[in-house]
This record gives sequence, structure tokens and C-alpha cells, in this order.
Amino acid sequence: MTILPPDRDPEDQPSPRARPTRREFLRHAALFTGTVAALGGGLTLLTRRPGAVDTTPGEDLVWRPNHPPGPYDTAEAVTPYREATTYNNFYEFGFGKDDPARRGGSLRTRPWTVQIDGEVRRPQTVDLDTLQSWFPLEDRIYRMRCVEAWSMVMPWLGFPLAALLKRVEPTGQARYVQFTALHDPEQLPGQRSGVLDWPYVEGLRLDEALHPLTLMAVGLQGRVLLPQNGAPLRLVVPWKYGFKSIKSVVRITLTREQPRTTWSEAAPDEYGFYANVNPAVDHPRWSQASERRIGELGRRPTLPFNGYAEGVAHLYAGMDLRQFF
Amino acid sequence: MTVRSPARVPRRPLPWLVPAVTAGGLLPLAVLLSDAWTGALGANPVQRALHQTGLLALVLLILSLACTPLRLVFRWTWPARIRRALGLLAFGYAALHFLIYLFDQGFAPGAVVTDVLERPFITVGFIALLLLVPLAWTSRSDSIRRLGFARWQRLHQLVYVAVSLAALHYWWGVKKDHTAPFLAVLALAALFAVRRVWNRRQPVRTRATQPGD
Repeated sequence: MTILPPDRDPEDQPSPRARPTRREFLRHAALFTGTVAALGGGLTLLTRRPGAVDTTPGEDLVWRPNHPPGPYDTAEAVTPYREATTYNNFYEFGFGKDDPARRGGSLRTRPWTVQIDGEVRRPQTVDLDTLQSWFPLEDRIYRMRCVEAWSMVMPWLGFPLAALLKRVEPTGQARYVQFTALHDPEQLPGQRSGVLDWPYVEGLRLDEALHPLTLMAVGLQGRVLLPQNGAPLRLVVPWKYGFKSIKSVVRITLTREQPRTTWSEAAPDEYGFYANVNPAVDHPRWSQASERRIGELGRRPTLPFNGYAEGVAHLYAGMDLRQFF
Repeated sequence: MTVRSPARVPRRPLPWLVPAVTAGGLLPLAVLLSDAWTGALGANPVQRALHQTGLLALVLLILSLACTPLRLVFRWTWPARIRRALGLLAFGYAALHFLIYLFDQGFAPGAVVTDVLERPFITVGFIALLLLVPLAWTSRSDSIRRLGFARWQRLHQLVYVAVSLAALHYWWGVKKDHTAPFLAVLALAALFAVRRVWNRRQPVRTRATQPGD
């Protein structure tokens, strides 16, 4: 009896059998329940990934701008604060969307200094509070499009990168801006895994960096940035995929050469240096023609340059955006 | 099968087993529906449901493939009796996974056809699902008799292709962190290895009783 006959189901052959005793019935009921619990519970534990809940106070407050809309604002509905702070990609805290919200508490955002160097006339290391005090903070309600084909509407608070760059005076040699994020596995537990080459590095061409849409953000929805959103200082480039907008910046370097960037090194066929939002150029594994706005069940068409084409398309005149994706 | 209680009146052994496996396999679906109802699927519920059903399909498929190795190694007879339930549950979750994907694409045939034809990641997942269809179809009790055991068994060996493609689909589907797909591949490799090693160790008995296994 070690080898069974082929998949024949004994269930299907009703035959007269002795009625189970009460004791047997109870035993079978217990075994049934135990098996359901073990298999069902095991499968659930193994496969269920519930969304993060309630990691930040006041998450249900939807921020309403109490000022006239600015020249760059979108009038689209702002993504609720709760979603914007619990659904994040920030691999320094882990790969799960809820990891940054759950584990962000280990990041110390003060004191925080930013080193500005490279091809500038006034290289310096400046304390973040000092840096912030140099410029008036502006509200910018931007669409944000992730390369994974979801999007949000984010009311950032920050200052134009151009203002900072003008203050440190790029030399005539400067053609690119390289950004480096904090590298500290103590504070950023995700960096203990070697999945990406830490620290996270991103870059822009100087004209992209000087574009008035390009923002250095320190706040979101009228509140100080949370770690999961890139505290205490992050880049925001709204016409590019989200991964270009590097978080927790500690260094800004003006360079002559195009900097190597983390994702374009890690997967050059999937993530280019430019990473302009482009519905006509698909990711190898999915179409970029449409996206899901977080909070909606359906999809909406993706706009060229994430809807900012009028302001930025001229930066890429003459470039083949299939090649320079 | 009456080895355990030879003195008793012959009775269907472990009558609770298949119903329990079925109910246990459906429990994650109940949890998923409850999560969807209460909003616990998070900011992108469609994607979350897509990932969960896909993973459930793969895990159940792997469990169904564990039945034969368990029998070979421990000489248990009960795993063979839950194999069909596990396989059908896997197919059910795979079909649900595909339905959610169709919903995600807005049921737009153009987008789906482009995906299936042009993106290897989608192609392999789709083929895996297609391969499971005839297996689910011939899971009925009379199928073995109608097909003949040898043909039925050959057909059901397609599951090896299907599960390998499903694992590849999972591997290609995750961004950068391949820990979970790696574990799935490892489990599959272990199960395949057990079959191979045990079939070699006991060639006479295996060949005599189960040709082609």
C-alpha cells in the first residue's frame, strides 16, 4: 500500500459505511478545524500583505490651500495625507510600500547638513535650517508619477533648486548636478541589504536643475516632511518618474560629466538617466500609457512629461526620447 | 488504506481531510475579501489583490507538487488525496489573478494583447495559466478513465512547465529584491530533486507500479 492508485477520489464512491461514533465525530471535527486553521492560516501569513495603517497622527486631515493657487499648481484633487505617507518607495527603509512608514522612525533629521561642492564658486557645507532660511518657502501642488504606473497629487513645500544653485554660483564648467542621499545603515536599515549600490545617487542636467519647476522640498501638505517622504530635504522633479526625485539629500555636487545614477546602474534597460514621464515609451514589463491615481480604481491616460510638456519639452528638443529614456 | 485500523469496519480514511484542505485554501480568499471591504488593502488595493492572488496560486501549486515527494520520502498516502484540491485551488487563484489583471487593464483587449505578445513577463504568466486550464478540466473523477491513465498522466506533467513559468513570472515581476521568488524556485528545485533521487533509488518498484512518473 505504499503506492496509491492514480488520482482516484474515494469521495466519489458512496458506499454504506458504519456510522461514526460520537467520539470519532468529535475527533474528526477537531482534525478538520485544526487543518483548516493550519493550512488557511499558513497561506494567509505567507501571502497576505495588508496595507499600512495609521502610522502618522492626523492622517485623515485633507490639507486645503488657504492661498491663491500658484502658477505651477495643478487643480486636481490632492492625494490624502494618509495615502501619501503610507504608500512609498524608499528602499533605504525596505522594499515594501509600507516599510518606509513603519521603519522611518530610525531617521534623525536634525542636525542635518548639506554639502555643496564641485563646479561651484562658493562650495560650502550648510546646516539645513540655515539653508532653509535663505529662501521663502513656496507651495507647489504637483502631480507625481511613479515609474510603476501609479500617481499622486502632492502639495509640496519648498524652494526652487535654481535659487540655491544661483547662490552657490556654478562655474562655467558645470553641466550636471549630482545628488547624494544619506548613507547610514544605522538610520536606514534597508541599506544593510546590498540590493542597490548605496548611497542612492541621482542627477540632472544643469538646465533641468535650473528649471523653475524643479523644487527642493522640506514639507508636504503644510507639515514638515516625514522620513517616508524624504525628510528632511528632497528633490522634486515633477515631469520625471518619481525615482529621480531623490530623498534625504546630504550632498549636491556640480559636475562636468553626466553622473552615474543608482537606478540606471542597477537596471540600465529599465531606468534611464532622463526618466522623463513618457506614455509612448514602455517599461519592459508594463505599459506606461496609463496610470492609476492612488485612490481611484480605474486608470487614466499618462500625459507626456506628466502634463508639464509645455514648460519642459523644449529642454529635449532634437533628442530621441526613446534612446534617452 | 485500512492499515491503521485493520480490525475495524472499512471506512473512508480521513474523511475530514479534503474538505479541510478546501476550506483552508479558501480562507485566504475570505481574508482578502474582508481586507478589500475594510480598506486594509492599502492605497493601491487592486495591485495588492493582484499580488496576493498570484502568490497564493504559486504557493498552492508548489504545495500540490509536494504531494508526490512526501509520499516518496515518508511513504504517506494522504498527500495524494489532497493533490487535486490543492491544484484546483491554485487554478482558481490563478484565474482570479488574471481577472484582476484584466480589471486593472480596464478590460481593454488592445492593452492585454499587447502585454501578452510583447512583454515576456506577461507572456510567461499567461502561458502558465493556459497550461493549467486543461489540467483543471481533466481533474474530474472520470477523466482518468476516459483519457486512459498514461495519457492523463502525460497531460498532467504539464504542471511542471506551468509552475516553472509561474515562478519565472514571479521572478520577473518583482523589482530588484528577488528573495521571495528565489525561495519559490528553491522549493521547486527541492521538490524536483526529491522526485529524481527517489525515482532513481527505487527504480524497480516505481517503474512497476507507476510507469512514467
